[in-house]
Amino acid sequence: MSAIVEKLNDETFVLNLGPQHPATHGVLRVKLRMDGEYIVEAEPVLGYIHRMHEKMGENRTWIQYLPNTARLDYLHALAFNHVYVNAVERAAGIEVPQRAEYIRVITAELNRISSHLVWFGAFIMDLGGFSPLLYAFDDREQILDLLEAITGSRLTYCYFRFGGVSCDIDDQFITGSRAFVKRMRERLDMYRNLVTNNIITIKRLEDVGPITAEMCRKYGATGPVARGSGINFDVRRHEPYSVYPEFDFDIPVYHECDNMARYMVRMDEMEQSLRIIEQALDKLPDGPYLLPKAPRIVKPAKGDFYQAVESARGSLGLRIVSDGSNNAYRLKWRSPTFSNLSLFGEACIGMLLPDALALMGTLDLVIPEIDR
Amino acid sequence: MHRDAIAGSIAAIDGVIVTPCEYDSKGYCLDVQVTAQTLLQAVSVIDHCGFFIEAITGVDWLGEKTARHKEALDRAKAVIAAAAKSAAEKGEEPPPAPPLPQPPEDMTDELEVVYDFNRYDDFCRISMRVRVPRSTPCLPTISAIYSGADWHERETHDFFGIRFEGHPNLVPLLLPEDADFHPLLKDFKA
Repeated sequence: MSAIVEKLNDETFVLNLGPQHPATHGVLRVKLRMDGEYIVEAEPVLGYIHRMHEKMGENRTWIQYLPNTARLDYLHALAFNHVYVNAVERAAGIEVPQRAEYIRVITAELNRISSHLVWFGAFIMDLGGFSPLLYAFDDREQILDLLEAITGSRLTYCYFRFGGVSCDIDDQFITGSRAFVKRMRERLDMYRNLVTNNIITIKRLEDVGPITAEMCRKYGATGPVARGSGINFDVRRHEPYSVYPEFDFDIPVYHECDNMARYMVRMDEMEQSLRIIEQALDKLPDGPYLLPKAPRIVKPAKGDFYQAVESARGSLGLRIVSDGSNNAYRLKWRSPTFSNLSLFGEACIGMLLPDALALMGTLDLVIPEIDR
Repeated sequence: MHRDAIAGSIAAIDGVIVTPCEYDSKGYCLDVQVTAQTLLQAVSVIDHCGFFIEAITGVDWLGEKTARHKEALDRAKAVIAAAAKSAAEKGEEPPPAPPLPQPPEDMTDELEVVYDFNRYDDFCRISMRVRVPRSTPCLPTISAIYSGADWHERETHDFFGIRFEGHPNLVPLLLPEDADFHPLLKDFKA
């Protein structure tokens, strides 16, 4: 705890940040108690767009619930598609053709890059730099066009099916993806020169917003937040799913525990995703993209099942409890940002308000995923 | 820390049942059954072993005991009917019927609370379950051990009405601030 908080005077005041505030990226409200420009106490207030997705899961059939999954995390919707179909496939014992697994990985990694690009642009805008957002959205547009052509939607994808994906990728998609990988590498170099090495970025991020590894453990933080605190944990490596073990990629880990570390993790991750996409396109096997006899009515075995995947924000989990019928008995989302945000109240004590907003930016909040 | 060593140190607590699970089919490695009395002790051991908390959630098992008793009753009746039928075919007297299974003494339905823990270094997901009666759903809070449990417990209280004794701030998190309903209970009507 900083010296500011220790010699607290009586002239503190309450400041409401949000629920309509650009820095909270959605409808999140934070109740702050301030001592001048310094934060004494912070309490995030959630639930502004709570829609009870878990109850909807109990009222719909397994297949009817598929479109819901994309509406939790609108930036990395395919990760939610992935965890849901994987969990049901595990429970119902459905085998997935190799080609479908590869298509899932390629599209999910493209989606991860597009999610990181939105974070990158919006985060730098939080710090006061406007132009990187325009560059980032230009790149993201390429991904959205690619994914739109095969999935039919630009944001809330409902592309994965039990036993495969809804339609095959074509040559246009493959050449488009290869061109994007090439283009994105050049753009990442540009971002390095334009933003990462920028003296203002460095001054705003280095040694600001410490989150220790122990704090991550106590709050269950995962993803880039944990990896910026020196924790080498990535679901794709530690609890491998789909065909990820077949690819050669690194898990970027930084030990500085500050805003810069979390920023660097995400920037490096985009490069690693490009590597995965490249390898997957090279190795893409022939065969069916959907199980020829994919069941129309899924009836998983009785019992409870857990599935985790690495979303752009961390370890995303889904627990399903099935009573053997056509809809879930219970369905629980373990959303990564819910845990990541829960440490904000402790991490920002004694910080300057603008620095706390930079810290909040590095948590990469997507509110619909927290509120569910 | 090896998985067996972890399982051993948790199982050393009185009344705690640890079952290793097949990861490929279930998605977790250890299934730990605790009671409200042994919950804090078990969580302390898990914390000591260096686990991080993934989530806390509930499952409402309304009508489970009645359904189980009905199943047992139907099975017993089927056995009796089959024995009577085979005796009639042989032209013998039906054998004396065995007593039907009695309903369990405690027919109160239960709520289950599931705690998920995992490790950063060596993958090992623990699903820890504890059951509380639906009429008095009370559990001690683990937010003093895992600070992150604070929000998870508030969410579980929102959805299932489970009271976490000793929780510093058990007010609605995701539901409106004046919510007095618990939507994930199976007898909830909107």
